[in-house]
Amino acid sequence: MADELLSVEDLHVEFERGDSKVYAVNGASFSVGPGETLGIVGESGSGKSVSVLSVMGLLRGSGQVTGGTAMFMGKDLLKLRRRQLEDIRGRDIGMIFQDPMSSLNPTMRIGDQIMEGMLSHQYTSRKGAFNRTLQLLDEVGIPEGKARFRSYPHEFSGGMRQRVMIAMAVACEPQLLIADEPTTALDVTVQTQILVLLRQLQLKGRMGIILITHDFGVATNVCDRIIVMYAGKVMESAPLVDFLARPAHPYTVGLKGSVIEVGTKAHQLRAIPGMATALTEPPRACPFAERCQLAADRCLEELPPLRPLGLGHYVACHRAEEVLAAAGTTVGAQVGGPVGGQVGGQVGGQVAQGVTARA
Amino acid sequence: MAVVSATVGPGVRVPRRHAQWWLAWRRYKRNKLAVAGAACVAVYLVLGLIGPWVAPQNYAQANFLYANHPPSLRFPFGTDGLGHDMLSQVLWSMRNAIEITFGASLLSFAIGVTLGLWGGLRGGVADMVIMRLVDFMFAIPQFFLSLFLVVAMGRTVWPILLAIGIPGWAQYARLVRGLVLGMRNGEMVEAARAFGASRAHIARRYLLPNVSNSMLVQIAFGIPVDLTVMAGLSVVGLGLRPPLPSFGNMIAQAGANVLGYPWLMYFPAAIFAVILLSFLFVADGLQEALNPRAEDGGRRARRFGFGARGRLF
Amino acid sequence: MPDEPILKVDGVSKHFKVGGRTLRAVERVSFDLGAGETLGIVGESGSGKSTLGRLVLRLLEADEGRVVFQGEDLAKLASNELRSRRRDMQIIFQDPLASLNPRMTVGAAIEDAMVVQKIGRSASERRHRTEGLLERVGLQPSAVDAYPFELSGGQQQRVGIARALSLGPKLVVCDEPLSALDVSVQVQIIQLLQELQRELGITYLFISHNLGVVQLISDTVVVLYLGEVVEQAGADELFERPQHPYTQALMRSVLKVPEELEKRAPLVALAGEMPSPLSPPSGCPYHPRCPLAMDRCKEEKPLLRTVSEGHMAACHKAGEAVTMGSAPAVLVTPSELAAS
Repeated sequence: MADELLSVEDLHVEFERGDSKVYAVNGASFSVGPGETLGIVGESGSGKSVSVLSVMGLLRGSGQVTGGTAMFMGKDLLKLRRRQLEDIRGRDIGMIFQDPMSSLNPTMRIGDQIMEGMLSHQYTSRKGAFNRTLQLLDEVGIPEGKARFRSYPHEFSGGMRQRVMIAMAVACEPQLLIADEPTTALDVTVQTQILVLLRQLQLKGRMGIILITHDFGVATNVCDRIIVMYAGKVMESAPLVDFLARPAHPYTVGLKGSVIEVGTKAHQLRAIPGMATALTEPPRACPFAERCQLAADRCLEELPPLRPLGLGHYVACHRAEEVLAAAGTTVGAQVGGPVGGQVGGQVGGQVAQGVTARA
Repeated sequence: MAVVSATVGPGVRVPRRHAQWWLAWRRYKRNKLAVAGAACVAVYLVLGLIGPWVAPQNYAQANFLYANHPPSLRFPFGTDGLGHDMLSQVLWSMRNAIEITFGASLLSFAIGVTLGLWGGLRGGVADMVIMRLVDFMFAIPQFFLSLFLVVAMGRTVWPILLAIGIPGWAQYARLVRGLVLGMRNGEMVEAARAFGASRAHIARRYLLPNVSNSMLVQIAFGIPVDLTVMAGLSVVGLGLRPPLPSFGNMIAQAGANVLGYPWLMYFPAAIFAVILLSFLFVADGLQEALNPRAEDGGRRARRFGFGARGRLF
Repeated sequence: MPDEPILKVDGVSKHFKVGGRTLRAVERVSFDLGAGETLGIVGESGSGKSTLGRLVLRLLEADEGRVVFQGEDLAKLASNELRSRRRDMQIIFQDPLASLNPRMTVGAAIEDAMVVQKIGRSASERRHRTEGLLERVGLQPSAVDAYPFELSGGQQQRVGIARALSLGPKLVVCDEPLSALDVSVQVQIIQLLQELQRELGITYLFISHNLGVVQLISDTVVVLYLGEVVEQAGADELFERPQHPYTQALMRSVLKVPEELEKRAPLVALAGEMPSPLSPPSGCPYHPRCPLAMDRCKEEKPLLRTVSEGHMAACHKAGEAVTMGSAPAVLVTPSELAAS
């Protein structure tokens, strides 16, 4: 517990929509340690972005955190005052988003924008900020930093803008970086460049990264642990090794079967029937049950708790053992088996406590 | 494979009829000022319509016995130097204001939408000519154009309506053209072109319905502006020719007597202010309700001034 | 191809004027497409793939070259003739919501296309057809009364497909039809498109940046770079034996989900980005980024030439045993990851 950077427990977020409420996050728990990359995957509306943004105090519209804790450096982010949170955001926690253009000020030189964050957090002097900006531009792969310092965002390509965003995010050497779909708007060749850059920055400062993405290719290539969210709940939380070889939730299996990549044959594709719908009341049964091929009576009546299945591997499914067995692996074989030296064994432990306590 | 067509029967929620209006109303309701404004506007419209029948006196009826009478039970708003009952004057002024401002706005709207739609959709020379005209209209303060037209046409209801309405078209033309340009190369129009829709069909079925909300908002913002122009004409002595009553006439005259007979100023000015503000609140509410994603900046600008027509005087 | 192709694109170019400069969107693109087949067009943003789709449908006028559809040169048709031909060629968009009129119900949107093409004798007949179409694309017939914004992205795309189908088209241009959708919905839609092709014999021009999707649905694939065709081959041939260094780079950049941790490949980032189409490089458009570039590539534009049966590439080195393992710019190996 002590080595976790951020640990979110039993988070609940609701949105007002007209007369009704939408339950966007329903008891999600996750945590990330130094140097670790946590991937949060899910489809649109699964609550993957909302759960992280709400912790950062960045909920838009009618969104409201209605329960949970988010411990970061000994403080509960959800209980901080606005001013204190703003202080942490941008200094201790950096953030990058899908569309860099909407986060950059189009009328301000990019160098000034990068400096601004450091100065407002009193990270360094004006002179120091200038030198650090040049150094950052170099680090994020923007050549001729001195000349580029004076450029405006529109003079940059999408990939270069994302590099500027990254420079801004890591300027104050944050301990945690939140990346919300950082490569979704980019071309594949540029996507890899950005992911490599993030990894290099991480190796340098043992920064923890939370990567929110819908792209399984991205998640499985850079993350140490992957959380699958659905209907605002964590369906499965697994170290990468288990996520790849022993997915235990039917939804995880379904999503992996839906990934279309080079070499995928038509007959291998498995569509998950139906679609995710917004919850207008808190889930009382498994929210995935109505789309699940394995759904039994129990699934329609009882909320499955997030329970341990192997070392660091947690799943919220009544029939997880059968899912594993169907895939030709036995549960027993993997408990205590090698977990490939992966980081963050305790991560799931907390996750489980958070949710089982509630369920 | 059959899975796709057989089991995917997503529960499509059958919407209430006119769901969009219903949603817009719900957004509108949230703005309390706008609701209050709408109530005031409704009262204004009703009084303006029935005013001439319920007014205690005809607007032209002077009664020198009761000249400069302070507010009393018989003359709730008092009387002026000619013994006109001010309540009656206010009611008749409302009638005139409604006729002129609604008429003028509709006129501006009709000219502007036609030219804007045509220019935006056709492009080329037609568009260029229209836009130069729009620039020309924007370069000259609208008030002076109205002034000029009044001098040329006269000072009864119709000439003033035309004088206010004709110069106002450029606002609408520019707005419509901008919206049409934004949609012209968009996927909605492209899809319609792809199934063979003609330009006229696209304008009627795809573009017009999508500019109507913005037009409604623009009209709501336009009416208080027209009210102000109308009052302004009176202040410089070129409004409705007395004895035709108007808020501008009343206020202009009261200004001269404000120390001796302050009620002449209080009632017309207060009511005029309430009407103006109500329209602005309604317009603001409509803007939020109908174009919920519209930028804040423009809205705020219009709230605290007359925004798009800032160079009114 | 034994039969006359349904679509012949012959040396089509399109240049746009942007602030006094010329943007080369599509440059001398040619291909044939047989009836009932699918041609995939792959490229990154700025490669001109969407412009090409518009040129094929004559939603944009080509600067040069010909588009021959069902034996007719589309550029020679008068505008009313073109409008009546449009029932044979349809388009599905990337953003289905943007392509639908927010003021029209789903039923009205589909019926409007039929009204324009004078399909169906009466409103009730069109309504009946519309309900049938909605059912065919996997929606409930009651969706006719829904507004587009009340539907999910996948449902909106089904409406877009139903509207295209309502005219009984022979050719459908699919412009990134999956990229706005969630993965589970992508599978539903691609399966629907394949079913429809089998049933109705529709020809697809399938534009996508997603190599996996293109391989899955296409018979032939064209790779575009800066508006030019750099490689063209049968889908399986192209993905098994890519000849152009750009195609190879694209394939290497795609992050695949590894089967297990040990099989995770190193992250390899390629240097550089696509140059601006406003100032395309001399010679081969790919030479500034190409690890195999030689002096000749800077001066002489390589022509599209046949390297093997049905496989063409525009590279001076194509056909030589080009290796996939050219020097990558940055490399992060799994062992480095584990060491962190």
